[in-house]
Amino acid sequence: MASYEFIDHQFDVVVVGAGGSGLRAALGCAAAGLKTACISKVFPTRSHTVAAQGGISASLGNMGEDDWRWHMYDTVKGSDWLGDQDAIEYLCRNAPAAVYELEHWGVPFSRTADGKIYQRAFGGMTRNYGEAPIQRTCAAADRTGHAMLHTMYGQALAKNTEFFIEYFALDLIMDEGTCRGVTAWKLDDGTLHRFQAQLVIMATGGYGRAYLNATSAHTCTGDGGGMTLRAGLPLQDMEFVQFHPTGIYGAGCLITEGARGEGGYLTNSEGERFMERYAPTVKDLAPRDMVSRAMTIEIREGRGVGPKKDHIFLHLDHLDPKVLAARLPGISESAKVFAGVDVTREPIPVLPTVHYNMGGIPTNFFSEVVTRAGDNPDQVVPGLMAVGEAACVSVHGANRLGSNSLIDLVVFGRSAALRAADTIKAGAKQPVLQPAHTDGHLARLDKLRHANGSTPTSQLRLEMQRAMQEDAAVFRTGESMASGVQRLQKVHDQRPDLKVTDRGMIWNTDLVETLEFDNLVGQAITTVVGAHNRQESRGAHAHEDFPDRDDKTWMKHTLTWFDDASGKVKIDYRPVHDYTMTNDIAPIPPKARVY
Amino acid sequence: MVQLALPKNSRVTRGQHHPAPAGAKRVKTFKVYRYDPEGNGNPRWDTYDVDVDACGPMVLDVLIHIKNTIDPTLAFRRSCREGVCGSCAMNIGGNNHLACTHGWEETAGKDCVISPLPSMPVLKDLVPDLTMFYAQYASIEPWLHTTTPEPQKEWLQSPEDREKLDGLYECILCACCTTSCPSYWWNGDRYLGPATLLHAYRWLIDSRDEATGERLDALEDPFKLYRCHTIMNCAQVCPKGLNPAKAIAEVKKMLADRIV
Repeated sequence: MASYEFIDHQFDVVVVGAGGSGLRAALGCAAAGLKTACISKVFPTRSHTVAAQGGISASLGNMGEDDWRWHMYDTVKGSDWLGDQDAIEYLCRNAPAAVYELEHWGVPFSRTADGKIYQRAFGGMTRNYGEAPIQRTCAAADRTGHAMLHTMYGQALAKNTEFFIEYFALDLIMDEGTCRGVTAWKLDDGTLHRFQAQLVIMATGGYGRAYLNATSAHTCTGDGGGMTLRAGLPLQDMEFVQFHPTGIYGAGCLITEGARGEGGYLTNSEGERFMERYAPTVKDLAPRDMVSRAMTIEIREGRGVGPKKDHIFLHLDHLDPKVLAARLPGISESAKVFAGVDVTREPIPVLPTVHYNMGGIPTNFFSEVVTRAGDNPDQVVPGLMAVGEAACVSVHGANRLGSNSLIDLVVFGRSAALRAADTIKAGAKQPVLQPAHTDGHLARLDKLRHANGSTPTSQLRLEMQRAMQEDAAVFRTGESMASGVQRLQKVHDQRPDLKVTDRGMIWNTDLVETLEFDNLVGQAITTVVGAHNRQESRGAHAHEDFPDRDDKTWMKHTLTWFDDASGKVKIDYRPVHDYTMTNDIAPIPPKARVY
Repeated sequence: MVQLALPKNSRVTRGQHHPAPAGAKRVKTFKVYRYDPEGNGNPRWDTYDVDVDACGPMVLDVLIHIKNTIDPTLAFRRSCREGVCGSCAMNIGGNNHLACTHGWEETAGKDCVISPLPSMPVLKDLVPDLTMFYAQYASIEPWLHTTTPEPQKEWLQSPEDREKLDGLYECILCACCTTSCPSYWWNGDRYLGPATLLHAYRWLIDSRDEATGERLDALEDPFKLYRCHTIMNCAQVCPKGLNPAKAIAEVKKMLADRIV
């Protein structure tokens, strides 16, 4: 093995990732007087939060009466009762303050005639516990994530957060079950860095690129999930993968649900607005899992559009061009560039596309990472937090509602910073790190850097992505998932045969992609194994052999540990928190989920 | 006697040629700038004859195809692949574009020539060093400055005042404009460049911001602002269709209004 040396850094807090949740956590910690580093493999405004379009949910009531309890009811129901109700209460009651905070920082929200934040309708968001759709989603045209991310980067600069940009995080420094920091590779000069901290906050996003077609960016490779699995910790509810109903056919780029919130609708080859049959009350504004299933059924039954009858149309052509220009300019441009469609005249060809991971690193609502230790299902892992899509709090349960992810980022980014300020002391003495803590990190890096087998990373990655796309799709059967488990085991078995061509240390993107693949593969395997194991249908997990939800057996979170050597997965469970945080609202008991 | 020489690594040599696979029906040649910071050689032009039937429509699709199937050592930044993150800005066929939204069929001629954004130091291949660009952006304090105590709810802003931010807040910091500006090429160490100045105006014109005077003071400088000579390359290349030159002119007008 070549010899490597670390450059050492010591901080109170290290945040890994600079998207919405990472920036919110980092600037909160910095503002609380903690010495905070934020490391990211991309410049902060390139993080995938930038691509969020439709908006951020909060019961401001700017468009008519609203209540955080209604928001909570919708979120619990949207989660198909797999969400933790204490965390969902924390989310919904803190949401309005979080949005006002963003506005005070300068987010250019669209406005109502009286100058308040404009709110639009979104899927599954209703008034008075399911009565009718409500306008709860705060929007900056259809570029809300972009506006938030740029604004929060500015705030982080204002609060003197120290950024380490284009550093690729390698592994967590674990010391007998306690996290003591993280190692990273600096791309522009090839040096290696050891960041020691009292607290590491993982804000590394989702792993959408485990699939072949995803709205996710190329960089959405779930690096934090991979690091967590290698640290011997479990991931939670990985079987729940959200398909967004309206990815552009072919290109996979996102068309916001806000398009339907502004009045757009879906049609099949007969020109029928088929969502009226599947969700009579909310129609096209049903939650994403239901719309994606309805579209898939229409296509399966021969009512898809196009020469191959393999997609669906999204109509905006009946809307006022002025509304399209003011409220949906971004997706009008995307439709033009990627589908050649003028939205004022023609429908957009769309298809359900992998979009979001409900699963991730299990946490409590303080954003502390938890694991199951013997009889204790809520054992906190010292020194480690997780936020955003990387985490599973779980507020989204089995299916996330649109616009609940942006609010998740800021509410739990903030909760992490508050908890950090409460639990650690600025400048407290930290133990001396031993080489043994990081020898494994270097061995892994060196092994992959000099990988000299016969399978290029791109080829093995494609095999993994194809298996996921085909066998862990919108609808799943026992057979498809067994096939997925088998195909991914084959991918795992080929890992020793990987070939990396570039041996350099400066901007070696061949090695970056290989490290990313290495992070993805464990998450892909825990996803299919978790899916194969869950013999019911709930939220985004639609198991055709078990079409009903089974609360008696399956109202519980799946925990999956991954053995990197054998590729085998160990499964255990955590109970769903079916209790609320305070007495301000009674727990919402499970019932049939119809809209 | 003065010795004149080109800076190190200015001379780009001829590089490797990668022929098209057998049986390719439609072939286009992509000439790509390569630089290996860990090798001893000068930068070079590698040429790839690509079977474009195997690729998507965008230049980024071709680059990913090259990386996946021909040459894994090619380095470039990319992320969202839908024109919102600003990672894959590069010079394609002589103009700055986002590789992910620029179709390879749009480049005239037989060869499509791809090089890093002009005027920035090159870290490797198509990856420029944007440290200076980011530092300049941070220097204008891109956050809302207020002194009035914050309201319990949102600051009110009329739709008309909000509309003034359109054409500004959409900037994705890709640096296409700044690196296309001859004034910036010449005085990039002191002139802030079009992207940063567009952002400066975005905060100046925000009805909620209360630091207009301080912001203008900070810009009143012969180099920071006034090196804009309305060459307008910025407006021509912006992949989001924004007009930084107009924003700069508005800042100059605000400064002029302050004097008279």
